[in-house]
Amino acid sequence: MPLLLVVALSFWTQDYLTLHRTFSLQSYKTAWTEPMYQYLMGRSLKISMMVTAMTVLLAYPVAYFISFYVAPKRKAMWIFLITIPFWTSYLMRIFLWKVILGYNGVVNGSLMGLGLIEEPLSFILYNQNAVVLTLAHSWVPFAILPIFVALERVDRSLMEAAEDLGDSKIRRFFRVTLPLSMPGVIAATIIVFIPTIGDYVTPRLVGGPNGLMIANMIELQFKKANNAPLGAALAISAMAIVTCVALIFIWMNKKYIRGTK
Amino acid sequence: MLGRGHFFKWYMGIFLVFLYAPAILLPVFAFNDSSVVSFPLKGFTTKWFAVLQTTDSLHVAVRNSLMIAVTTAIFSTLFGVLAARASTRFSFPGRRSIMGFIMLPMVLPEIIIGVSLLVVIIQIGFELSLWSIILGHILICTPFCIAILSSAFMNLDQSLEEASFDLGQTRWNTFWLVILPLVMPGIVASLLIAFTISLDEFIIAFFLAGTEPTLPVYIWGQLRFPQKLPSLMALGTILLVLSISLLLIADYFRRRGVRKTGIENSGGFL
Repeated sequence: MPLLLVVALSFWTQDYLTLHRTFSLQSYKTAWTEPMYQYLMGRSLKISMMVTAMTVLLAYPVAYFISFYVAPKRKAMWIFLITIPFWTSYLMRIFLWKVILGYNGVVNGSLMGLGLIEEPLSFILYNQNAVVLTLAHSWVPFAILPIFVALERVDRSLMEAAEDLGDSKIRRFFRVTLPLSMPGVIAATIIVFIPTIGDYVTPRLVGGPNGLMIANMIELQFKKANNAPLGAALAISAMAIVTCVALIFIWMNKKYIRGTK
Repeated sequence: MLGRGHFFKWYMGIFLVFLYAPAILLPVFAFNDSSVVSFPLKGFTTKWFAVLQTTDSLHVAVRNSLMIAVTTAIFSTLFGVLAARASTRFSFPGRRSIMGFIMLPMVLPEIIIGVSLLVVIIQIGFELSLWSIILGHILICTPFCIAILSSAFMNLDQSLEEASFDLGQTRWNTFWLVILPLVMPGIVASLLIAFTISLDEFIIAFFLAGTEPTLPVYIWGQLRFPQKLPSLMALGTILLVLSISLLLIADYFRRRGVRKTGIENSGGFL
């Protein structure tokens, strides 16, 4: 059955993992003890977390706006509007951020044209900030959708009740709307956090030497360094760490939600 | 209330500029009459599009990509139909976990999928070819297809199927005559989405491409040469227009499907 084949395929991609572990624990040891890999892993985690935080913070008001301020008939159109950029060429999108942020780029060009700065700003490209910004741009639609869905499910009468009971708008948001939409925020966090750690193109194009992430090292191990087991060990370790962080995050959130009840 | 509404309007305005900045700049530079991709603009030209027409290696890459995208779209939609049908119509033990497993590639970093497939293919002893890329693309496209097709199958009224059985049709005929026409818009949407994803996918193709590059791999190779950039911008513009029109067509079919099954349209893709 083709369905079984798909399942088998998804098994395959993971099966090789055990295959390699039996062959060489050595590469795992290298991946975990070598300072360079530790450092790179730490940086990747940091960048991924920053991207996730920025994406969710950017996405929440957008989802809130669409859910609460847009007429029901036009919601689908707004969602469509937000997903369009995601479907444009991935490489081109990232490369254009390089053009926007570059030394002669759009940002520098317009700021100098306005006379706000004398010299082009050099701190906006080829560093971790550029990676964070570009990744946040690529992933923000993925964060908006689950938060939007969660906000749509929030019972409007609960919000009215909070208001009737004398809560101010801000208090109402933190005590009713935010906890109730938390499942969407969690989903958004996971959807953004897990894939960003493995992003290859963005750090390569806009990251510069200090913005490289673990995926670049994985690629290097597979292609140039010809040390596939180490590359695989790094990939698996990265996945394991990310999964653990995601699980801890979910667990903390459950506690938080229970706490507010 | 008014004050907050204003805050959101400003916020959305800035957000949309942020979101659309690359998509807007792409055509601007594609028509710019300068070999350097930067401001100030120099004037209007279509010569970068003409350059594309005469680049043979590009044509090869486009052919490869189209072949891969079409094959991927057909296979992943086929798998999607079977999986969606199985998961919405029948309940069997472990259904949820199996579905979760199939959906996994959607959140897995693409580099992990690329690396894993590379290892598997080398272990089996296959040569890297366009087929290995197709395999990888089917893996990442199938979850999207299942997501689209599941909603198409879920909207299906089961009594129509039962009516067909009662009227003496076989299982096979029922599928052909009743179910398929009703989910056809979903199938078309799924084909188009898979095609678009596959056409644009880079990481997996980058890992699994042997000697034959796909379009994104070709673009990646060209990004290193500054003098090639303007024509790449032109290429990007063509791709932009192409994928947006494909998406609009896909959305049109999805809406038609929703209307056919008589349920109010709510929400977009995904």
